[in-house]
Amino acid sequence: MYRYDDFDAAFVAERNAQFRQQVARRIDGSLTEDEFKPLRLMNGLYLQLHAYMLRVAIPYGTLRSAQMRQLAYIAERWDKGYGHFTTRQNIQYNWPTLADVPDMLDALAEVEMHAIQTSGNTIRNVTADHFAGAAADEIADPRPVAEMIRQWSTDHPEFQFLPRKFKIAITGSPNDRAVTKAHDIGLRMVEQDGQPGFEVIVGGGLGRTPMIGKVIRDFLPREDLLPYLEAIVSVWNLLGRRDNKFKARIKITVHEHGIDAIRELVEARFNELRPAFTGEDQEILAQIEAAFAPPIFEDRPADTFDAAYHTDPVFRAWVDSNVSEHRAPGYAIAQISLKAHGATPGDASAEQMRVMADLAERYGHDQLRISHEQNVVLPHVHRADLPAVHAALKAHGLATANIGKISDIIACPGMDYCALATARSIPIAQQIATRFEDLKTEHEIGDLKIKISGCINACGHHHVGHIGILGLDRAGVENYQITLGGDHTETAALGQRTGPGFSADEIVPAIERIVDAYLDNRESDDERFIDTFRRLGMEPFKHALYDETGKARADAA
Amino acid sequence: MTVIVTDTGFAPDQWEGEIRDLPSDTDPATLTAIPNESLVRIAFPSSADGRGFTLARLLRLRGFTGRLRAAGHVIADQYAMARRAGFDEVEIDEALAARQPEDQWQFRADWRAHDYQARLGARRRPA
Repeated sequence: MYRYDDFDAAFVAERNAQFRQQVARRIDGSLTEDEFKPLRLMNGLYLQLHAYMLRVAIPYGTLRSAQMRQLAYIAERWDKGYGHFTTRQNIQYNWPTLADVPDMLDALAEVEMHAIQTSGNTIRNVTADHFAGAAADEIADPRPVAEMIRQWSTDHPEFQFLPRKFKIAITGSPNDRAVTKAHDIGLRMVEQDGQPGFEVIVGGGLGRTPMIGKVIRDFLPREDLLPYLEAIVSVWNLLGRRDNKFKARIKITVHEHGIDAIRELVEARFNELRPAFTGEDQEILAQIEAAFAPPIFEDRPADTFDAAYHTDPVFRAWVDSNVSEHRAPGYAIAQISLKAHGATPGDASAEQMRVMADLAERYGHDQLRISHEQNVVLPHVHRADLPAVHAALKAHGLATANIGKISDIIACPGMDYCALATARSIPIAQQIATRFEDLKTEHEIGDLKIKISGCINACGHHHVGHIGILGLDRAGVENYQITLGGDHTETAALGQRTGPGFSADEIVPAIERIVDAYLDNRESDDERFIDTFRRLGMEPFKHALYDETGKARADAA
Repeated sequence: MTVIVTDTGFAPDQWEGEIRDLPSDTDPATLTAIPNESLVRIAFPSSADGRGFTLARLLRLRGFTGRLRAAGHVIADQYAMARRAGFDEVEIDEALAARQPEDQWQFRADWRAHDYQARLGARRRPA
């Protein structure tokens, strides 16, 4: 894994000193509130509904156990003993005081972490496939490139006051686990004639105007990456709308001007910028790549795994849903669900963080990942150790066997925390999870992704959920709209609205009716919800939800 | 009266030559063939408007070697960005200079330090 060198450490220390001074200058009046706001945002500090919120970057979702332990320490020392992992591979602390934040940032710096550019109109934390470096289907590990982009974008002098936020995601696998088509820039590592490079996708995004990203360059040689990224952001910085923040994202710029016009501008700017890059970035990249060399995998028998798998049904269920194929023989990728039925999706207590850190240290080559689906990943576990890992997780409420299932719900913080929210998200996620847990149908239903947002800004990715739920405010009453058929993978698609929304009391029964319609209509147990939807379209689900007059059916379940 | 901020601190404006004023919404296609004898002054109508940084970078890339000034609502916290983007100096009004005195700008005068762009070999001016 990448470790800070003297440059990185000195940069973060200096930046923290600057922020400490900015807080003091806000208090003494040197900075107005309007001037201070972007400065605190570019250091990760939001003002939420009830308190400040500090959003800490977990670059490309990768953590060492010492870093996870420090996140636990920060949660206990300055917050309420827990943290919330987000869809952008960040962790959020919901209750810090302004005066404590500089000390929290210093504590992060002790373990080579920061909160820089996790907010504000900047280039945000670069996200990557959470199976990077472990997945069997990977072409190349995207994390070295992500780290180079982190360095390039950090404190970039032109790009700290952009028209709006700007998000980059990268995947090294053809199976897209990084939602690259819903980012301002999505990068897919590809090869052409044996040469490594990128497919560059631009203008994707969710929010109030969801767009699937468009290919701006189908093959970009690897060494051209930084000048090309710089060209895109440079063009958008001048062209993006600043008159209306709801139209400022690059997806709108691409939509209004057309991808061909944007491509022409970007290519011209790229030609101008390319000579300004000396190639030193490629030397840095080579050093970063060396730091990401894979661990030394052991060749040893997995008898303990086979024995447990055949005798312990609880372990077997966990393996079947939470464990994925690893590239190294005998190894596995184990996901730790932060979606226990009835819990807040993505929350972990300090104690749980320490348990996960200990497991990573003992069984997982000291590595942890945070997925955009708000779960934690042990990327390198030998199958022989999985029974011990499972037993430890079980003892701490972390062994929920539901990855990819109906209760593995992405949910934004919603009205319980967020100043923008128009409805609650967390309680709806909790009710859906406990309802299907009670019905004991979760494993029969199989692969089904529900994503919930508490307002049109779509932090819960509802547009790309197989079932998406959007909480709105209708004359002071929460109302939940449903979309079906969304897809966050390489076959990305936006969900379609079913029709009128449902009240907070009606939404869980409505989801149940959709699931029943799926179970009734699927061709076999192997046909996933999304495939049934693609085969049959909206009709059977509409029929399950609404009567002939288009009104929501009364709950007959 | 305005105050000119450079790496050495505050000074009065002593420029007597031609000044070319560019608004922050300047079309980048027009940023060519600007004589190096003139002072180019790019407007920052708000400290949240970052277009001027990209305009400065483009001007430098296209060969402008004359004096380049960021003027308006630029705050001390942006001084290093302005210098790195290619500006020589910042022009602020007296009220801002009083609210953010010289020491707050000097705190950022070491703009060459801790610069990821330089580390990655991104040059700011033509070779």
